[in-house]
Amino acid sequence: MYTQGLDQQGSQDNTEHANADREREAAFQARIDGEEKIEPRDWMPEAYRKTLVRQISQHAHSEIVGMLPEGNWISRAPTLKRKLILMAKVQDEAGHGLYLYSAAETLGTSRADMVDQLLDGRAKYSSIFNYPTLTWADVGAIGWLVDGAAIMNQIPLCRCSYGPYARAMVRVCREESFHQRQGYELMLALCRGNDEQKRMAQDALNRWWWPSLMMFGPSDNESRHTAQSMAWKIKRFSNDELRQKFVDTTVPQAEYLGLEVPDPDLAFDEESGHYRFGAIDWEEFFAVLKGNGPCNRERIEARRSAHEEGRWVRDAARAYARKQAKRAAAQAA
Amino acid sequence: MAEQDWPLWEVFIRSRTGLSHKHVGSLHAADQQMALQNARDLYTRRQEGVSIWVVPSAAIHASDPAERDAYFDPADDKIYRHPTFYDIPDEVEVL
Amino acid sequence: MTGSIDVRAAEPRLEYVLRLADNALVLGQRLGEWCGKGPALEEEMALVNFALDLVGQARMLLSYAAELEGAGHSEDDLAFLRDGMDFRNLLLVELPNRDFAFTIVRQCLFDLYQCGLYEELQRSGDSRLAEIAAKASKESRYHLQHSAGWFVRLGDGTAESHQRVQAALDRIWRYTGELFETDDVETALVAEGIAADPAVLRSEWDNQLDRILREATITRPADDGMASGGRHGRHTEHLGYMLAEMQFLQRAYPGASW
Repeated sequence: MYTQGLDQQGSQDNTEHANADREREAAFQARIDGEEKIEPRDWMPEAYRKTLVRQISQHAHSEIVGMLPEGNWISRAPTLKRKLILMAKVQDEAGHGLYLYSAAETLGTSRADMVDQLLDGRAKYSSIFNYPTLTWADVGAIGWLVDGAAIMNQIPLCRCSYGPYARAMVRVCREESFHQRQGYELMLALCRGNDEQKRMAQDALNRWWWPSLMMFGPSDNESRHTAQSMAWKIKRFSNDELRQKFVDTTVPQAEYLGLEVPDPDLAFDEESGHYRFGAIDWEEFFAVLKGNGPCNRERIEARRSAHEEGRWVRDAARAYARKQAKRAAAQAA
Repeated sequence: MAEQDWPLWEVFIRSRTGLSHKHVGSLHAADQQMALQNARDLYTRRQEGVSIWVVPSAAIHASDPAERDAYFDPADDKIYRHPTFYDIPDEVEVL
Repeated sequence: MTGSIDVRAAEPRLEYVLRLADNALVLGQRLGEWCGKGPALEEEMALVNFALDLVGQARMLLSYAAELEGAGHSEDDLAFLRDGMDFRNLLLVELPNRDFAFTIVRQCLFDLYQCGLYEELQRSGDSRLAEIAAKASKESRYHLQHSAGWFVRLGDGTAESHQRVQAALDRIWRYTGELFETDDVETALVAEGIAADPAVLRSEWDNQLDRILREATITRPADDGMASGGRHGRHTEHLGYMLAEMQFLQRAYPGASW
């Protein structure tokens, strides 16, 4: 990746630059190996910067797009307390998106650019949010499973090598702890309820289980970014390790609810102390990633229309700020 | 062509009286009032603060990380600035 | 609990508390609709904050109303099992959000009203009401700062935003007369020192609004063809759709707990 960057520079300097870069890179890697945090204005390899911008902005986009499936149920929440909880949770997600955009901006990419990339389809976000929320139980399943999976991914990121990202993640994780609990509690209420409610809960688990396992990304031997990201301490555990941890903690929770995990191959392996689970349908994963999930188009359209319809508001605020600045200057003169 | 963002602001929160304001992050806002209100909604949803400062990020002047050693290492050997440098017999009280 | 709850023949204090509760609940519900649609993420967070405050107020008020009613109902029974004709909210708060200008103009007019109202109600002879008012008053004061800030920004922003704010105010104006209407219920409670006197609220509302309008370079519409009826359960066509959506689960699965 560095050679691509060097190609654009003057040709005679190549060797010299390459040597200097190698030294700086070695020093950089030594800082990371020593668990030192990298801060925005420190020197860093271009590839590290790019990887981080991609990862943090994808993460931010996921928070923002993730507001949509749950936001879908705010108007229909069955009690006032549940309505408050759901609104506060969705609001937190907006907040998390904003912390993360800010962290990515310290790497020299503007939020406007990142948002543009999301809206024109260049940037990805977590595929899980391309699945629809069809019943109230889906709100519970998202909190329990999707936030549960997200937390497993996110807790290690609190120790990520890039300071602003790590700090944003500390805040995110602290705030997210209620998200998963409220989801599980919601499921519990349904599972202790009438037959129709139990049916809703089981149906939600059936639909969200596999997509939740896919949230950890492709298997380690297929994942392009894992090795380098681990060396840079942008990532601390492999996809498969985290997925296994998720299954191990979630299956007993499903049992407590009296729900059946939709995997006939699921079995506890006494020897390893882990649950073995069936094969993941990666074809589905890649189809959703490519844009052919149930709601990909709807999600992006919703973000686009919010952006377009809000343009005159953002313009007006800028225009007003300019007028005020001019008035202040005129008064001072 | 991306629309231009609202300006960036740095946010400082006093978590309770008696403590100084501490940098907590940044945000975008078109003007000062909006920056304060956005800071309130973004950074104090869980009683994190009793006072907020917002400063345009462009107004922050920072030391250069490349000059870190020149700036900060010279303080390393000035151990006489620390109270533990001085040996005082235990019998002497209130020192 | 299977059918709808009928609290039409309410005693004055219960009637009054339900009016306050329904204003908060219905506007809270409307504001929640902005989730995922705001002009900026920061503003979505602000609007959801307002919704959280208002639904929070609605819970306190509905719980109190349920106590006054004494029929064993809960806050949720009153929110989810009453029919439209038993909602006592102002028409102003049930109108659809339309664009951000409309939402902000409505919010600002309502916040001005709530600030005055809850300022007064802190001194209500009903101690529960005074307690709720103390909390709601703080929230309303913040809401007003925010909505008035945007009212001015948009009014004095670009030609387009100015035109949108003026159009929103023109459209909404006929729903402001109802804010200061009074009836036997309120007159009696004012005399008892329990309710706030609408006549007192009106002059302060007018003064403050004029100040905001001046700053926003927006013209005050004429008081013409004022609409009315919300307090007495005669609503616009919009409320029915809102309730159908809001009450769906409670109505579809009677007696379930959530």
